[in-house]
Amino acid sequence: MRVLPTSIDTASDEFRVNEAAMRQLEGELEARRAQARQGGDEAAHRRHRDRGKLSVRERLAQLLDPQTPFLELSALAAYGMYDGAAPGAGLVAGIGRVSEREVMVVANDATVKGGTYFPITVKKHLRAQQIALENRLPCVYLVDSGGAYLPMQAEVFPDREHFGRIFFNQARMSAEGIAQIAVVMGSCTAGGAYVPAMADETIIVTGTGTIFLGGPPLVKAATGETVTAEELGGADVHTRLSGVADYLADDDADALETARTVVSTLHTVKPPPLDVTSPEEPKYDPRELAGIVGTDLRRQYDVREVIARLVDDSRFDEFKARYGPTVVTGFARLHGYLVGIIANNGVLFSESALKTTHFIQLCTLRRVPLIFLQNITGFMVGRDYERGGIAKDGAKMVHAVANTVVPKFTVVLGGSFGAGNYGMCGRAYDPRLLWMWPGSRISVMGGPQAADVLVSVKRDQQARQGGTLSEADEAAIREPILRRYDDEGSPYYSTARLWDDGVIMTGETRNALALGLSAAANTPVPDPSFGIFRM
Amino acid sequence: MSIRRLLIANRGEIAVRIVRACRELEIESVAVCSTIDARAPHARAADRCVTIGPPRPRESYLSIGALIDAARQTGADAVHPGYGFLSESPEMAEACVEAGLTWVGPPADVIARLGSKIEARRLMEAAGVPVVPGHTPRDQSDDGLAEAARRLGYPLLVKASAGGGGRGMRAVKDAHQLDDAVRAARREAEAAFGDGTLYVERLLTQPRHIEVQVMADHEGGVVHLFERECSVQRRHQKVVEESPAPHLSATLRARLTQAAVRAAEAAGYRNAGTVEFLVGGSDPAEDGGRGNDDPNDPDDAVVAFLEMNTRLQVEHPITEAVTGRDLVHAQLAVAGGAPLPWTQADIQTRGHAIECRLYAEQPDNGFTPDAGRLLCYREPTGPGVRVDSGVASGSTVSPHYDTLLAKLIAFADTRNTALARARVALAQLVVLGVQTNATLLSRILRHPRMVEGHVDTAFLESELDGLLVDADGDGDGEGPALALTAALALHGRVEADARLATGRGAEAGGQPDPWRTLGAWRLR
Repeated sequence: MRVLPTSIDTASDEFRVNEAAMRQLEGELEARRAQARQGGDEAAHRRHRDRGKLSVRERLAQLLDPQTPFLELSALAAYGMYDGAAPGAGLVAGIGRVSEREVMVVANDATVKGGTYFPITVKKHLRAQQIALENRLPCVYLVDSGGAYLPMQAEVFPDREHFGRIFFNQARMSAEGIAQIAVVMGSCTAGGAYVPAMADETIIVTGTGTIFLGGPPLVKAATGETVTAEELGGADVHTRLSGVADYLADDDADALETARTVVSTLHTVKPPPLDVTSPEEPKYDPRELAGIVGTDLRRQYDVREVIARLVDDSRFDEFKARYGPTVVTGFARLHGYLVGIIANNGVLFSESALKTTHFIQLCTLRRVPLIFLQNITGFMVGRDYERGGIAKDGAKMVHAVANTVVPKFTVVLGGSFGAGNYGMCGRAYDPRLLWMWPGSRISVMGGPQAADVLVSVKRDQQARQGGTLSEADEAAIREPILRRYDDEGSPYYSTARLWDDGVIMTGETRNALALGLSAAANTPVPDPSFGIFRM
Repeated sequence: MSIRRLLIANRGEIAVRIVRACRELEIESVAVCSTIDARAPHARAADRCVTIGPPRPRESYLSIGALIDAARQTGADAVHPGYGFLSESPEMAEACVEAGLTWVGPPADVIARLGSKIEARRLMEAAGVPVVPGHTPRDQSDDGLAEAARRLGYPLLVKASAGGGGRGMRAVKDAHQLDDAVRAARREAEAAFGDGTLYVERLLTQPRHIEVQVMADHEGGVVHLFERECSVQRRHQKVVEESPAPHLSATLRARLTQAAVRAAEAAGYRNAGTVEFLVGGSDPAEDGGRGNDDPNDPDDAVVAFLEMNTRLQVEHPITEAVTGRDLVHAQLAVAGGAPLPWTQADIQTRGHAIECRLYAEQPDNGFTPDAGRLLCYREPTGPGVRVDSGVASGSTVSPHYDTLLAKLIAFADTRNTALARARVALAQLVVLGVQTNATLLSRILRHPRMVEGHVDTAFLESELDGLLVDADGDGDGEGPALALTAALALHGRVEADARLATGRGAEAGGQPDPWRTLGAWRLR
């Protein structure tokens, strides 16, 4: 593989302006993450500590192998929702390493509304399970939750992708040999009781851990029986009498140590990858990404400059470089893993779509994971292109993306608009992980374009009735649309709603991808099969 | 108030080393770089990096304004100056304090006092620390200096009063050489330090250079961490250092370390510092022409305070090796207001450590600095081998900066084993693209006087001719690795391909594993 050349001048005004703009966004991101990491307010933390419980972050630190990474997912879930009542949706989820194995950790934060499940909490929990299933990651649930958030039960309880799905997933993963381990470190009430009950192995902390279908107030109301939480479903009851839990722990620290021991007995081994090399740092500094991409989506840059700062030794073996140049395809190594990269370098034409389809087939047959670097306004439109069959060429690309059996990863660098989102492995195409950069935007089309379409529809309507559209009328249509697209196209709007797995900084991307690739290597790649490519 | 985010006002290996300490202490690190260093290892090792100016040191690494701005801009709360550059600048220390930053080093007034040869000497004399006979004549005319020289006796040194690092310094054997030496020294002193004041000092012939590491806290606590022998020098540039100093009696060691602690106490010292001494050497006027003192005879040995370096020393790793103490950790703790992490009784030495300084230079061309691109650079590894470096394959060695590429430190239970380790490690080292002193280093390590531990500050200069030729013609044991790498490099693979060189190392050595290699990485 050849080292990519660079033409970036880090001393240029353009670079500095872009860098400053991106750093500002990244600073905002850092601040928002820091705030979400705090969880509940000071009083909630004090109450939590007074019960002898560790904070959710302390629990994580003690569970994970020392000095190892943690790939946190959707840290800003529920951001700007529920009047800010649920930082991080009251749940911490991520991939970490426990007893030398990659595991999915899902941990309630009881300082956030008692760890109850808001609609987005459910979505985050289910997404973590989905990732665990796809990557065959054992699940460790650190449970400390009052169950569903009752005022929103209609959006939490009944539907297919609601609370019940958590237990469905536990059962299915258990059947697939993906271990389900619960550590009860607080209350597990009502629906929450099923997390430990459905688990393969369960640990419960004396004094703070309780499991029951109905808590003391409900028992009192239903049967008149007066009973303490400890008598009803404490650690002693469940490890000695009911058998709902398997291990008794003295405190949080003891429980986490026990969980580490349980993981060490899973008797699994990660299949060795086919072809790996020693990892190398990129030749060009990944910190330069900020100044290269900037935050102005209209500015063009050569996406190879981005690739050069993500891959080992900045080496990239470009495939079909001279054909369909608005998409860049090729092979590289990332932390030693061979990957196929598909990166936008302009609007998609028929040729770009065909080339991408070809490249996806190559990677699929060779079992090479795919990385999509998305910055796309969509497919080219116009008479000539429609006649040239751009719709069927785009469909081939979408077919290939949908049916490839290799792990896919998507990073939205800039724009993610229209069918470009589909062809470049948007959320609906099941990438193993999908991240957005702080300057990215996502919507069916750009705000101004949407406003133009709506204005012209209205104008035609008026014209049919013999009227016209005044400038004020136009503005009245245009302004709210622009505002709305601006708001809903933000990566924070997206990440709050779990349309992605997190907003990450440019400089974090390489490591995040590496950890994702490593996790994906737990699952063997099945035999390829494609559908009908419309010729 | 412990340090949370540290700006490292330096480059090269020392900056990398400080970043490593930050990692270990979970302190965020901020590197600075000139435009030419943007891709240098130190710039990439830190959590973040600020480009502070063009390559010329004056406009970047020596620019107090740019450094303070960088600290402000990144929200750093402390500054570590490393060594060289602004590490001994009272103005820099002052500027940091004024900007509300913790300065990892002694206070500005202490730096200033010890930085002045005259003041430092006065201070040491008052504290009962032995000094070399010398004088800064009030009359700085040629005549005044000649008179001072006559009273002191020859041989002697003429040096810049404000200086250091060998610049503005001339050795004078007899009165005939004095005029030329004075003129040259004055010129150099003016050029280098903007101050032509000169100082004359007795030249001890064939002395050893032995220095003592000290560490002091805000509460007046001072400990020493024993000595380093730094006699292998060329033009006052250290080349090989070791600890402990060979053939040093317990009594003499005690004299040196106690004098060092007294020196630090007298100066009101804080943080890490080094007290340099000359040991042995004759004083014909005083010893009645008996010739050299036996430096190991504690009663006879001349011990003379040379200077105190108010910063971390290049050769600090050998002290770390034999004492098992991390000096940078201690520096950061003490700067953050903590008391010394150890008492004097806690500090013992174990084994022997040797440091070789790898310079980009041409030993057989008058040690001209060499610059260029490192096509291939590979460091030795193994038990008891530590390499502190600031370069990697593909790095550019710039003529703007110090030519120190790396320090190779060998540690073992005995001096002989440490020497053997250092020799083997040097043989494994691969540097292609620039010339280095690696061959010279391995010859020094094989030299009978080095093997026996009988070196003094004149050793290298006097043995240089012999050291520059391959005495036994065996290629100094660096044959196969270098030849193979050279062959690969010449085979059109100028971009040294680590994959080829390591032979699918990942398969041999296990899978690539970011969970292991990334450490405690988190989304920020």
